[in-house]
Amino acid sequence: MRITCPLCGDRDRREFYYMGHETYLNRPAADAPLPEWDAYLHLRDNPAGDTQELWQHEAGCGAWVVVTRNTVTHEVKGSELAETYPREART
Amino acid sequence: MRYSAWQILKQGLTGNTGWQPHWRSPEPKAEYDVVVIGGGGHGLSTAYYLAKEYGITNVAVLEKGYIGGGNVGRNTTIVRANYGIDGNSEFYSHSLKLWEDMEQELNYNTMMSQRGIINLFHSDGQRDAFAKRGNMMISQGDDAIMLGRDEIREMLPYISYDNPRFPVYGGLYHPRGGTARHDAVAWGFARGADQRGVDIIQQCEVTGIDIENGVVRGVQTSRGPIRAKKVAIVVAGRSSQVAAMAGMRLPIESHVLQAFVTEGLKPCVDHVISFGMGHFYLSQSDKGGLVFGGDIDFYASYASRGNLHMAEHVMEAGMALMPMIGRAKVLRSWGGIMDMTPDGSPFIDRTQTEGLFINCGWCYGGFKAVPGSGKCFAHLMATGDHHPAASKLRLDRLARGHVIDEEATGSQHNLH
Repeated sequence: MRITCPLCGDRDRREFYYMGHETYLNRPAADAPLPEWDAYLHLRDNPAGDTQELWQHEAGCGAWVVVTRNTVTHEVKGSELAETYPREART
Repeated sequence: MRYSAWQILKQGLTGNTGWQPHWRSPEPKAEYDVVVIGGGGHGLSTAYYLAKEYGITNVAVLEKGYIGGGNVGRNTTIVRANYGIDGNSEFYSHSLKLWEDMEQELNYNTMMSQRGIINLFHSDGQRDAFAKRGNMMISQGDDAIMLGRDEIREMLPYISYDNPRFPVYGGLYHPRGGTARHDAVAWGFARGADQRGVDIIQQCEVTGIDIENGVVRGVQTSRGPIRAKKVAIVVAGRSSQVAAMAGMRLPIESHVLQAFVTEGLKPCVDHVISFGMGHFYLSQSDKGGLVFGGDIDFYASYASRGNLHMAEHVMEAGMALMPMIGRAKVLRSWGGIMDMTPDGSPFIDRTQTEGLFINCGWCYGGFKAVPGSGKCFAHLMATGDHHPAASKLRLDRLARGHVIDEEATGSQHNLH
């Protein structure tokens, strides 16, 4: 599997660290109700198909990247920097 | 038909024409007391114990594919009870005891082989951690023996002792652990359940779960609707999809775990051995192939195949541990889909829907749990109470902060 880093281009999967679903980008406020923290840390849609995930180009430029990937075929369909990836609005 | 030496002799003398199929292939009935979704090891043992222990025989097991075609036929067949944390410890201890009686219980040769498991350690810190784990296993009533380097050398003369990064300091020996024939476990439970009246329905995919006013009424399937008083979801690997049919979102991310087997060799490895470089472990099947594997691939996947980076890592670990296997040819490799949970431990619980129960989240440790999981799940469904050996495997434990994190790696799904 090869992943496209928005800064470095097409690279081997071994250069990247996988963290999990892009849910991790929407961290609740420190005083958010506990069910929100439970959902953030534990609950996942876990789709069999296209999904957005948080990877880090650990052995490359170090950028955090949101990768669109198919979990059934392992096809990588796109990637963008986590820095500029739209966050879900939270109150 | 009861299997025995006499039966083998009789059938041998009559041209082996009298053997019967292990289970019937009935058409689904319109209604059952219990519908078990998933005909894997856990689903079959659940149905078996429902019928045998709790007298609930009007049960259907619905399997999308065929019996033995899922993870129960895709694992590395290891059976053990070397857990240390409350919640896991009593559960796997209970399960191992059921493994020890399984062949008599099922009248089926599941080839249970208590050849012993040796977990090697490679530093003083690891020795302390394994001594602690061994003490926890003994406190639970199971067996653990700390072995030094010289004692290990007598048992495993063929491994590399002076690897500069992972020198062998010793090992934690669990004599009652071992392996079993995985397909036979599925077939044995299927046969036992069928003999007690359970309908095993293959090629029957559940497409929906019928819920009215918070009470489960039955399931929709590719072979028509089936009504049921109680429904059990036992579909590790696909838990998130089936649970979503009941409006549930689970604390699970699916990952692929690879395994490898070499060509058949003469007997050379007498135990199950694990190596501290990653998760590498190895045993030799009764057919002679070396069966080995390592970590999950670390990214979410529903493809029943892995990528080369993990294959490469596993081969490196194997060569580092026992250079002699370098000559053996790898015959095949495969991948199974694991329900990875945020604390590495499973769930056996009821759901918010009345009459709907779930058994999932086995990570890559489901095979050794087959009898214990079925028994505890059947107990929960039949009596309404959690079995004492599985009382902590609750779905809400993460939200409550009562994690069962055996490896203390935190709440990231792929780190267990």
